[in-house]
Amino acid sequence: MSKIRVENLVKIFGNRPEKALKLLKQGVSKDEILEQTKQAVGIADVSFEVNEGEVFVVMGLSGSGKSTLIRCLNRLIDATSGKIYLDDEDITSMDTEKLIEVRRRKLGMVFQKFGLFPHRTVLENVEYGLEVQGVNPEVRKQKSLEALELVGLNGWGDNLPTQLSGGMQQRVGLARALAIDPDILLMDEAFSALDPLIRKEMQDELLELQSKMNKTIIFITHDLDEALKIGDRIALMKDGVIVQIGTPEDILMNPASEYVEKFVEDVDMSKVLSAKDIMIKPVTVDYKKDGPRVALRKMKTEEVSGVFIIDRNRELKGYAMVDDVSRLVKENETSIESIIQTDIPTVTPDTNLNNIFSLIADSKLPVAVVDENNKLRGIIIRGAVLAGLARGEDTTNDYANA
Amino acid sequence: MIMQMLNLQILGFLNTKVPLGDAIEAFINFLTGNFRFIFRYISRHLDATLNGFENLLIAIPIIIFIALITVAAWKLASNAAAILSFLGLLLVYNLGLWEATMSTLSLVLTATIISIALGVPIGILTAKKQMANRIIMPILDFMQTMPAFVYLIPAVSFFGMGKVPAVFATVIFAIPPSIRLTNLGIRQVPVELIEAADAFGSTAQQKLVKVQLPLALSTIMAGINQTIMLSLSMVVISAMIGAGGLGREVWNGIQRLWIGSAFEAGIAVVILAMILDRITQSIAKKNKKIGSE
Repeated sequence: MSKIRVENLVKIFGNRPEKALKLLKQGVSKDEILEQTKQAVGIADVSFEVNEGEVFVVMGLSGSGKSTLIRCLNRLIDATSGKIYLDDEDITSMDTEKLIEVRRRKLGMVFQKFGLFPHRTVLENVEYGLEVQGVNPEVRKQKSLEALELVGLNGWGDNLPTQLSGGMQQRVGLARALAIDPDILLMDEAFSALDPLIRKEMQDELLELQSKMNKTIIFITHDLDEALKIGDRIALMKDGVIVQIGTPEDILMNPASEYVEKFVEDVDMSKVLSAKDIMIKPVTVDYKKDGPRVALRKMKTEEVSGVFIIDRNRELKGYAMVDDVSRLVKENETSIESIIQTDIPTVTPDTNLNNIFSLIADSKLPVAVVDENNKLRGIIIRGAVLAGLARGEDTTNDYANA
Repeated sequence: MIMQMLNLQILGFLNTKVPLGDAIEAFINFLTGNFRFIFRYISRHLDATLNGFENLLIAIPIIIFIALITVAAWKLASNAAAILSFLGLLLVYNLGLWEATMSTLSLVLTATIISIALGVPIGILTAKKQMANRIIMPILDFMQTMPAFVYLIPAVSFFGMGKVPAVFATVIFAIPPSIRLTNLGIRQVPVELIEAADAFGSTAQQKLVKVQLPLALSTIMAGINQTIMLSLSMVVISAMIGAGGLGREVWNGIQRLWIGSAFEAGIAVVILAMILDRITQSIAKKNKKIGSE
């Protein structure tokens, strides 16, 4: 079931949006509308759905409308037209009272520059949401202390926010949002103001928290690496429209437009690609059925120096080198069982490319990719790793040539 | 020929004085004539407040008063401010100006309290409603640039002579900083904090009380400080309509060319101003520290 449904959302900034809206519907461009009507189009007809428990990342450069979009979701900014349904309730048509109620119960927000109240202690900041709800002080404090513990800040409650480092301040921001136990977390460039190491740490922690809490998270970022890391699905925005929605893989492997492609070209492929993306079909020999001669012939035709040994269920048994096999042929042996090397490197299909580097470097043999039942799915050879890494660069070159 | 006639016509028209002064006078007379009961009502209560204040201040034994102010300056401001307050107040007593000083202080405090009570809410209104801002700001410009003496005349015609019209004129002259800096303080609250307050479902009143006012407090205090200083600067002027206090001492000195006694009273005003300034400024700074540490 979709938790949030956005239908044909439009936001036009300016005092007289009607004419601009009409022009927009006729397909006039954003720049032209600005010139003709002096109205700025922030979001031009955006529709999407977010599923319950999903981390939905909206990514785009500054001016793409992503911050406006997230603010429309809790109506910090009122949309010009379009509908936003939260649990099938239309937010855009709610009166103030109902809206406040929804904000209090369902929507927690985390801000780019933390948005902590400097005159309140850390604990009082975390308590804020519950305080405006009128929750009694005892319960409020209890829940807030729990939220602080969740983000690893027990004992810091009595400090002022400014006495904390940036990373810790954003933990307070996260705790403040979690304290009201919302269904939905709105995170507006939540980690963008943090330095890279802290940022990575916070991303990991968010993912870990999410695996426990299973909230619906809308996460805004301008950083593709971040989007790829934490997003279940990513919506790429440009000039107020969504250019592509898809899983991180979809976006990397099948960029919908030149714009997306250009975006994707700078990605550090080692973080994104996993074993299954770069593995190739192995040359295999069934040791029960095939003898040394078959193995040798296969190696010759495929021009490889070794074969993977499997059984009839494709379960991996080991590896055989060409030298050993040809010795067996000379000795007229009929089984290759005696020369199988069982100590070979293996990875699962989801292993990150980063983690494959060291295996490849340490071993003369190709790396076997096996699933949880130890069935051979593919192999990774040195060249494929390098090619995978080079993929990003290739696109760059294509652009330079184009 | 025709040009000449035209010239004469135009000049003739320009020479006919626009009856601006008459209109204002008529307006003031209209107010005095028709709203006398309101002015009477205000006058009675204000007079009672002023006298109450003054009697209270005079009733406090001098030693205790000096001790209280000194401790307040020491706790809130600095050692230097405490020493200055202590010596300054002793000097005022020694010069025989204690009662006049207390009278002036009660006038300043009353005017300041009224200015805050009116100014802060008006400031909040102008910060929240653009329309109110557009209407009120030019009025404030007018109030601040109009020579303060001019307010004395309608003040007298509304309230007669004495302290009440002095408070009225002082409030008009001193209220603008309270309004302006309240407005500024609230507008200066960072957008993200306002968004945070909204995003967690604050009502407008919760947002004002829990976020905007606390964060604007140091700026508002700076405005109140200026209001107090402006009130003090009206002391001598309002002596012209019988406000008494230190102003009368100065005014007497001016009229009779008693240089010495005019200066003595003037120095008492300065001492009062410095004490009030140091104490209120330090309160403003303390709040600022909490806000930005």
